[in-house]
Amino acid sequence: MFEALGTLVSSEALYISAFQFSVLFAFAGCGEWVAERAGTLNISIEGMLIGGAFGAVVGHQMTSSAIAGLLVGAFFGFLIGWFQANLSHRLTANQFVVGLALNVLVLGLTAFLDSSIGFDPARAEVIEVPVLVDIPLVGTALFGRPWPAYLIYPLVPLLWWAVFRTRWGLEVRSVGENPQAADVSGIHVNARRRQAIYITGVSAGIGGAFLVLGQVGSFQAGMVNGRGFIALAAVIFGGWTLRGTVIGCVLFGFVEAATISIPANGYSIDPFILEAAPYVVALTVVLAFATRVRQPRALAQPFIRGLT
Amino acid sequence: MRDLRNRPGLLTGRLSTKDSSLTFALYALSLLGALVISGALVAATGGSAPDVLSALLDGSVRSPGAWGLTLTTAAPLLLVAIGTIVATRAGLVNIGQEGQVLIGAAFAAYAAVRLGGPGWVVVTGALLFGAVGGGAWAGIAAGLRAWRNVPEVLTTLLLTFIAFPLVTFGLSQAALIADRDTTRQNQLNTGEIIPGTALLPDVHLFGNAIDSGFLVAIGLSAVLAYLISRTLLGTRVDMLGYNPRAAQRFGVAAGPLSAAVLIGSGATAGVAGAVLLTGGAAGDRLVFGFSGNFGWDGLLVALLARNRILVALPVALIFAMLRTGSSFLAATGVDRKVTEVVQALLVLALLIPPAVLFIRDRRRALRSSNQKTPATAPEAT
Repeated sequence: MFEALGTLVSSEALYISAFQFSVLFAFAGCGEWVAERAGTLNISIEGMLIGGAFGAVVGHQMTSSAIAGLLVGAFFGFLIGWFQANLSHRLTANQFVVGLALNVLVLGLTAFLDSSIGFDPARAEVIEVPVLVDIPLVGTALFGRPWPAYLIYPLVPLLWWAVFRTRWGLEVRSVGENPQAADVSGIHVNARRRQAIYITGVSAGIGGAFLVLGQVGSFQAGMVNGRGFIALAAVIFGGWTLRGTVIGCVLFGFVEAATISIPANGYSIDPFILEAAPYVVALTVVLAFATRVRQPRALAQPFIRGLT
Repeated sequence: MRDLRNRPGLLTGRLSTKDSSLTFALYALSLLGALVISGALVAATGGSAPDVLSALLDGSVRSPGAWGLTLTTAAPLLLVAIGTIVATRAGLVNIGQEGQVLIGAAFAAYAAVRLGGPGWVVVTGALLFGAVGGGAWAGIAAGLRAWRNVPEVLTTLLLTFIAFPLVTFGLSQAALIADRDTTRQNQLNTGEIIPGTALLPDVHLFGNAIDSGFLVAIGLSAVLAYLISRTLLGTRVDMLGYNPRAAQRFGVAAGPLSAAVLIGSGATAGVAGAVLLTGGAAGDRLVFGFSGNFGWDGLLVALLARNRILVALPVALIFAMLRTGSSFLAATGVDRKVTEVVQALLVLALLIPPAVLFIRDRRRALRSSNQKTPATAPEAT
């Protein structure tokens, strides 16, 4: 048992795949965190990831450059965010209904287009940071990755700065805590909420594009498979703080990586346990942390002036 | 997570009754928009929209025996939808029906193969087991919500992704629901053939075989519609959805009632899984991925029906037509996944009219109040 654990933690492959999954979760989770701070429990995060992944192969197909793939992926994520934001925070439709319908739509639409058009594989180049890549065990995992992975390094501080060090961020946090008070002090509540969802869309779109360009190398219909919902759980795990969300993403990244590394190292665990593990861990973690932290007061509550 | 409970119902019916011609026009326009986008999508990928429509109609009603199959397919969709509607009316967001259907089907498979006795006992037992399975799966979410205020939006979703490997695990264990016939090839990961006596009987009408699961679905819809609209219990459920705080002041036990409703909606989804299995429409045995999106589609039916059980029946029929019709699409060269796109587009399109009417009514009300008091009132939304 301990020997098995030892082999596992000393295998470089574990850290590489854990980092890959953590980056994917972090793109989705940190984006989602902004939307939740503004008061939206945005379940179309799943659709944004799928849309971003699909955008990556579309962009790569048109220009055969990974940069274009990433940009189109981010744009597709933004597009889904645009629909989510305007249907739920302009037309006042219920955010869960919109999110669910968008998820089903994006899943069906991308699968349909993928099977009727067909796309070439798309991969981004690996860029190795000199010297740092030679760190034993974790060097390749952190500094020898396909280049879109490195975007997470500036993105996290950027989001932190935007939410905590700008006027816009203060307004975003206030519409998530007390939209009535924010409204009275002249903040356009629903506009801030929409903008927060746009950011979620772009960030999760990049995440989806990274899934294709940096990890899988092609688009498959079921490739996201509920990982967006795990990112949702990571935000709750983090108690709606950015630091906690990132830690949650790394935790879930390691769980996902373990489900790959354990059989790869020759240990046999029932595949059922491995497949269910990330979701069981997410459920347990949410259960453990749900009441210890304070969520944004107005989370998942629509704002319609004069009604609440 | 206390605050999540204080949200308005998932789909509070905001229909403007004053201006019925405008309402009608808006709905017609949105529906048309959804269909035009679907047609454009088919055309853009090299198909022909009229051909697709014709193939869909052939597969769902026109070819011999087709509409019997359509009604049979509608049964699980309707069952999932009515449970969802009741949960939604109580202000709950249960979106894990896919997992609940699958677990229900697995429980029903166990009962159908292991229970002895006359056919009707086995069938009833299978349906009840399905209800227990689906209810228990939703019960986990209900328990977490009651115990630690974990939002059921997330737990029901996560449970769905646990249900799939769990049932796969069951299908690998002969002590559970795997096929015990070791002589058969690929006996692992498939369930046992449901014996003929344990199948729901078919009703034969004008050369169409309609599974009696459809009658079960209609009966349960009638019961739930009655409970919601004519009983104290139904009023309490509605009250809980509209304003939980007021409901508690009126003596509604919010915690136990919402837990019961969530479990009940899981139980109807479980019955849907049992009907799917014993109706024979989805094959003669439980296999991997047996639920085949019936849970998600039933959820969409509930959303389209805008919280009304009686509206869910025609919507379920339309979705069933898309499903059975899609098997005829292969001849037109268009991938059958296009029907999923059509379904989601319909849901999105029908979200728009009530919202537009709602905003228009509010602007109008604000304007009239402005005229009374000339002080400047800010614009709505």
